[in-house]
Amino acid sequence: MKLYINFDGITACRVILQEQLERLEIKYQLLDLGEIEISDEVPAETFAELQQSLGRYSINIVNNQKAQLIQKIKDTIVEMVYEKDKMPNTTISHYLSDKLNFSYGHLANIFSENTYTSIENFIIIQKVERAKKLIIEEELTLTEISYKLNYSSVAYLSSQFKKVTGLTPSMFKRIVDKRRKLTNN
Amino acid sequence: MLTNESTLRILLADDDEDDRTFFSEAIAELKMTNQLTLFNDGKDLMEYMHNPDAKLPHILFLDLNMPYKNGLDCLKEIRADQRFKNVSIAIYSTSSSEKDIENTFVEGANIYIKKPNDFSELKKVIKEVVHMNWQFHSSGLNKETFFFSI
Repeated sequence: MKLYINFDGITACRVILQEQLERLEIKYQLLDLGEIEISDEVPAETFAELQQSLGRYSINIVNNQKAQLIQKIKDTIVEMVYEKDKMPNTTISHYLSDKLNFSYGHLANIFSENTYTSIENFIIIQKVERAKKLIIEEELTLTEISYKLNYSSVAYLSSQFKKVTGLTPSMFKRIVDKRRKLTNN
Repeated sequence: MLTNESTLRILLADDDEDDRTFFSEAIAELKMTNQLTLFNDGKDLMEYMHNPDAKLPHILFLDLNMPYKNGLDCLKEIRADQRFKNVSIAIYSTSSSEKDIENTFVEGANIYIKKPNDFSELKKVIKEVVHMNWQFHSSGLNKETFFFSI
């Protein structure tokens, strides 16, 4: 007798993950795109067991240093853009290589090979994200926002904003306001 | 990519067969691992979306002018349902009027694409859109204020 089966690899993988994580009593949440959020610290022994039992299904935990370094670059940039009251005055390349102890060239290569963008572009995206938040909060004028984010002028802020969103800051604000009105009605 | 399991799920609803072909070819040239599903009109698309077993896409490309159910109606229907809040919606249009662009974003679109006339431009635009969407997806940026007009 011959059986014909069809199967959905992604569902199968999710079920395996659930079963194994539950068996080891690890608190988890399955996210999209091959990501799992672990809520508590997992003892090294349990982690090794998880790695081994998933390995039998050819499921590997990506634990490489490259991925970790990229995450550190992103975290450093986000911290720089959000938590400092003003962006550092040294060049960003110096700032990153000092903080992470790698040459900027090395960081830049690893980043652009794995994230579909460059460090420079990622910084611009993050700065525009912060500008969006500040525009919506309505506490600062565009001039004050451009000063806070280290832009030399409002014109320069607006042109980077336009580069990332395709919109002017004022059109962006109008869309957000109209959307809110629409959802509140 | 960092993890081999990462597959970007893309949907396209467009009634023009040539446009669907060009789009598929542009997607095929992306370096990002992806899975593309095509629909001929808005009705088919919405049937798929409302099926609770369907895998939701990361990004959906919607043509504005389609028979049975047009792109704007699909957009409104999708945005009225919380289940789809993480799906990025890219509207494909021949109009470049500022008013049309603004209205589309107000209705809940994340990306507005003025349909390019030649294939090499289309490839460039799709790549930029997918990469920008990836930044929002992979870096946890706020999707509620994700607008990208190109």
